[in-house]
Amino acid sequence: MSLPLAVSGDSWLHRMPAGRKLLALLVGEVIVAAAARSVAAATVAVVVAAALWSLARVPVRTAWRSLRLILLVATLVGAAQWWYAGGAPAFVVTSQLVVAVAIAVLVTLTTRTSDLLDALDRGLKPLRHLGVDPARVSLTLALAVTSVPVVGGLLGELRQAARARGIRPGPVVLGVPLVVRTLQHADQLGEALAARGVDD
Amino acid sequence: MIRLDHVTHRYDDRVVLDDVDLELSERRIAVVGANGSGKSTFARLINGLIVPSQGSVTVDGLDTATQGAEVRRRVGFLFTNPEAQIIMPTVGEDVAFSLRRSGLPADQVRTKVAETLRALDLAGLEDRPSTHLSGGQKQLLALASVLVLEPDVLVCDEPTTLLDLRHTRQVHGILAALALQLVLVTHDLDLAADSDRVLVFDEGRVVADGAPGEAIAHYRGLVR
Ligand SMILES: Nc1ncnc2c1ncn2[C@@H]1O[C@H](COP(=O)(O)OP(=O)(O)O)[C@@H](O)[C@H]1O
Ligand SMILES: [Mg+2]
Repeated sequence: MSLPLAVSGDSWLHRMPAGRKLLALLVGEVIVAAAARSVAAATVAVVVAAALWSLARVPVRTAWRSLRLILLVATLVGAAQWWYAGGAPAFVVTSQLVVAVAIAVLVTLTTRTSDLLDALDRGLKPLRHLGVDPARVSLTLALAVTSVPVVGGLLGELRQAARARGIRPGPVVLGVPLVVRTLQHADQLGEALAARGVDD
Repeated sequence: MIRLDHVTHRYDDRVVLDDVDLELSERRIAVVGANGSGKSTFARLINGLIVPSQGSVTVDGLDTATQGAEVRRRVGFLFTNPEAQIIMPTVGEDVAFSLRRSGLPADQVRTKVAETLRALDLAGLEDRPSTHLSGGQKQLLALASVLVLEPDVLVCDEPTTLLDLRHTRQVHGILAALALQLVLVTHDLDLAADSDRVLVFDEGRVVADGAPGEAIAHYRGLVR
């Protein structure tokens, strides 16, 4: 299990400031949802998304790994739509779905996590008045991003430990220990954060 | 200078440190003792991660109970398990994370990060996902993220217990070359022998304290 991590590169998209990129993504998502509703408009959306991806020069393997899940889901949704509603609506829905996810993934692939956090820090600043601490929100997001592979690793360890003792690792056997181990990890990480003065 | 003034520490009602009274001014101090003897509690007290139930702990005159933030700015802490100390998805970002609130401009942050990584043999790994490092490299990264803050004191709680021999040597070499005060909790008696002063803990008390030769001999005697 792993999230797509920023790939190095110096394309126009890599160089675009993170804040502007996030804003552009927001606008893009609204346009896809609201305006890409005919076959012609959906085709334009797909062409634009594909153009953005090729401008970013993401390696083909990375692109495939990052998008294969959404392509699979979109194929299934598209097939169902075709069956019930016909070719045109199927094309529109599938395109919207793929484009919406693909442009979001593209932003994470061309932006360093720390830059995204800084942009969020700045973007969330107005919410200070509502009692939201932007640094805390972005730290939480960073921890969430980093924890995905860590929890994946814990799961792998537990699975092997169970096998080594001749126990078949199923969701029931592994579920509770995984939660406990995850909490222990969170506890240690919390202490390490305190030691680095993050809370001061 | 680290000072523990008649420190007693309890978890619930159990006494785990019993009237420890110490002044630590030597550059390299090693702490040895059996599992459960109170070494980690002692280490955490110095950084203000826990405050004593009784007595006081000060670092350069700053009380950990009332000036914890200032103490932590001076005292870095390296834990046993590197997995639990890494916060950001990539190596470079994790080190830079420590400088998030330093107010340094981005290019200076980048320079400092690169220098620190170079000093820890992690040069060129800036963009590597931190989860892809080996256990030893992860501990070096954890150390980099502490050292980039240029602490005056570094407390290490069994930093090499989970590492292989090669990385243990490497971490030891790096620690030995640091120009700061080092408090090192360790089971490695060769390493303890290499310090200026050794504290031996047993059941929450300091039972030997002095030059490495005698103190370590006393510790060996306890085990026999
Ligand atoms: N958070 C805690 N809560 C309760 N008891 C603890 C806690 N941490 C440590 N202890 C107990 O305090 C004693 C000393 O622990 P510790 O300082 O970790 O010793 P060492 O590092 O020498 O193994 C042990 O008996 C341990 O079980
Ligand atoms: Mg310990």
